[in-house]
Amino acid sequence: MITITDLPIHSGDLLRAFEAENAAAGAIVTFTGQVRPNSNSGAVSALFLQAYSPMTETGIERAIKTANAKWPLTGVKVVHRVGEMQPGDTIVFVAAASKHRRAAFEAADFLMDYLKTEAVFWKKETVADKATWIEPRAEDYQDARRWNMEQAQACQE
Amino acid sequence: MAKLLYFGRLSDLTGTTVEVLDLPDDIRTAADLRDWLDLRFEASGAMKEPTVRIAINNEIVFDADPVAGDDEIAFMPPVGGG
Repeated sequence: MITITDLPIHSGDLLRAFEAENAAAGAIVTFTGQVRPNSNSGAVSALFLQAYSPMTETGIERAIKTANAKWPLTGVKVVHRVGEMQPGDTIVFVAAASKHRRAAFEAADFLMDYLKTEAVFWKKETVADKATWIEPRAEDYQDARRWNMEQAQACQE
Repeated sequence: MAKLLYFGRLSDLTGTTVEVLDLPDDIRTAADLRDWLDLRFEASGAMKEPTVRIAINNEIVFDADPVAGDDEIAFMPPVGGG
């Protein structure tokens, strides 16, 4: 259900496997996040991500549990890359399966908001040979607040 | 031996992500450890920032909570998300 890996992520392969595992689901929504070639400070040459196992996985598990309580899901998968990445590399793959599309769309969106703000990852971006540790953008917090995530709010206090 | 982990910008500051060492006897709480490490790494307060949370054996703790000589202790700046 959750994989943290320093190896390349192949969304197509993951989707095919997820479809096979959830053959009875009427709807599957997936999201693929890629390393952006540009940031506010310029052209990105590299991105480095740190996780803290098992705390990172435990937090994602909790978010999946919340998603399962909110929506009638039949399957969820989260694959997240760590280590050194280049622009264009896939950094995250999220899949949600449900009987109907709305639940799958919303659950995937909810999980991405969690992953972008509260998930236990530290991120270093290299722009013009200068590496900088990145903290969440204000709009990421706003996105997460849409779901009234009690946990998200508690963590920011 | 205690295992100390430093994440995010703290790993740049300490020059490592992990070290295993014997803690001095007078370190009893998370706050004591912050003070000691801040001096040791000449961190100018970076180890003592309230936004830097401490996890002991994978549980977030308060500064007054005790640390033991065989704990895994992580120093966690605000997470950047994925």
